[in-house]
Amino acid sequence: MTLFLQIALDGILNGMLYAIVALGLTLIWGVMDVINFAHGEFLMIAMYVSYWLGFLMNIDPLVSWVASSVFVFLLAFVTYKLMVSHLVGKPALSALLATFGLSMFLKNLCLNRFSPNFKLLPVTVLSGKTIPVGSLILSLPQLVIAVFSLAVIFIVYRFIASTRMGWAIQATAMDKEAAELMGIDTEKIYGLVFGLGGACVGIAGGLLPTYMPVHPEVGSLFGLIAFICVAMGGFGSITGSLFASLLVGLVEAFAGFYIAPIFKYVAVFALYLVIVMLKPKGLFGW
Amino acid sequence: MADPILKVTDVCAGYGGVPVLHGISLEVCEGELVAIVGANGAGKTTTMRTIAGLMRPTRGSVEFYEEDVTGLPAHVMVKKGLTYVPEGRRLFQKLSVRENLELGAFTERNRDVIEERLARVYDLFPILKERSDQKAETMSGGEQQMLAIARGLMSAPKLILLDELSLGLQPSLVERVLRAVTEIRRFNVTVLMVEQRVLEALEIADRGYVIQSGRVVMSGPSGQLLNSEEVKRAYLGI
Repeated sequence: MTLFLQIALDGILNGMLYAIVALGLTLIWGVMDVINFAHGEFLMIAMYVSYWLGFLMNIDPLVSWVASSVFVFLLAFVTYKLMVSHLVGKPALSALLATFGLSMFLKNLCLNRFSPNFKLLPVTVLSGKTIPVGSLILSLPQLVIAVFSLAVIFIVYRFIASTRMGWAIQATAMDKEAAELMGIDTEKIYGLVFGLGGACVGIAGGLLPTYMPVHPEVGSLFGLIAFICVAMGGFGSITGSLFASLLVGLVEAFAGFYIAPIFKYVAVFALYLVIVMLKPKGLFGW
Repeated sequence: MADPILKVTDVCAGYGGVPVLHGISLEVCEGELVAIVGANGAGKTTTMRTIAGLMRPTRGSVEFYEEDVTGLPAHVMVKKGLTYVPEGRRLFQKLSVRENLELGAFTERNRDVIEERLARVYDLFPILKERSDQKAETMSGGEQQMLAIARGLMSAPKLILLDELSLGLQPSLVERVLRAVTEIRRFNVTVLMVEQRVLEALEIADRGYVIQSGRVVMSGPSGQLLNSEEVKRAYLGI
C-alpha cells in the first residue's frame, strides 16, 4: 500500500510539473488559436538561464526563477512581435511550422553554444532534500515545483476570470473583431498572452535545475507531453489541461513501475490515443 | 448644413485585392440619423467596416471631428467616440447580458459612470434588465439585436454605426428594432445606419445615401429619396 501511494504521489508531483508547462500552451491556444511548437524549447532556455546564473554567479534557482521567467517572457514577446503576429488568423499550420522552425533553431543554437552534455547544478538549496510524510518520501525540489505550479495556475485563472485585462483576454479569445469594437487593443492582448505563456513555462524551467540536468533536447519531451495534456484536456481549457496533466503524471508513474520504466511513455501515448479517439475535442473540450 | 462630424472622402477598399468600394464619399452631421441603403453586396458593410477601422482603405480619407482618422484601428476609433455595431451582432454568446454590456463600456474605468450608462440602456430596453443574468445566446434574435445596440451605446459614442439591424429578424421585430433606433437619439448620439430594407430605413432617417456596386448613386433628404422614381423602381418595387 505504501508503495502504491508513493507511486501515486510521484505521479501527482510530476503531473503538476506538466500542468504548469501545459498552462502556457493552452493559454496561447485558447486565446490565439496558435500552437506554439517552441514551447518545450522555451522551457529548455529557462533551464539554461537558471543553470548559468547558478553556475556562474551562484544564484540559487529558488531566487533566479524570477529572472528565468522574465527572460522567457521577453523571448516569447519578441517571438510574437517578430514572427507570430504575422501568422495569427492565417491557416493554423503556418504558425505551427514557424514555431517548429524556431524550436529547431533554439535547440541547435544551444547545442552549438553549450554542447550536448548534460549539465546539473551540483549544489542548490533544494538538491536532494526530502521530507518524510509517514512512510512516504516527498522530494522537496519536486514539491516546490508542484506548489509553484498550483499557485501559478490559480493566479492565472483568477487573473483571467476577474481582472479588467483578463476580461479583455476572454473577449479577444471569443471574438477578436468584436473585442476590438469594444475598444480592446487585441494586438496588445496577443503579445501579452504569448509572453504570459512563456513566463509560465519560464517559472517551471527556472526551478527544474534543482533536480533535473539541462541539455538541448530536454525541452522536446516536455513540449510533446504538454501538447498531449492540452489536447487531452480540451484545447484552451485551463482546468482540462490541469486534469489531463495529473492523469498523464499518474499513468506515467504507474506504467513505469508496474510494467517497465521503458514502457511509461507508451502507456501515456496509448492513453492519449484512446481519449482523442473517443473524445476528439478532449475531456473538457467544447 | 452644419459642419459634418464624419467626412468620408473618395474611399476605396476591398478584400484581398478585390476592390469593393470605388470611391465612396459621404458626410454625417451632429445629431443626424443617416441611412445608407442599397442591395445586397453593394458595399454597405464594407463602407461601415472601413469607417470603423476594421479595414484600411486603399485610397481616400476618413475624417472624424475634423481629425484625419484614416486607417486607425477599431479600438482607437472607439476611444475617439465612434462605435460600430457590426452586422450579425457579434455578441459574446457565452457571456451574460450584463457582462456583454460591461464589455461595451471597456474604455470607461469609472464604476459610477458605467452604472449610470447601464441604467440608461436598461431604461431604453427594459427587456435587457429582466434578462441581465441570462447568457446572450439564449435570447431571441430581436433581443440579441437590442443587446448589440445597447452594448454599442455603453461606450457612450458620439457617433454610432448600426449595420443591418433587420437581418434575420421577423417583420414585427424589424419594426420594434428600428423604432429603438429612433429612441436612441435621446442619448445625444448621431446615427449612421446601413439597411437592406430601403423603405423602413428611409422612413426613420433624416437623410440617405443609395449605394450601388461600391458607389454612391444618389443622396439627399429621405423624403426626396423615397419619392424619386429610381428608388421606387429599383428598391421599393413600386
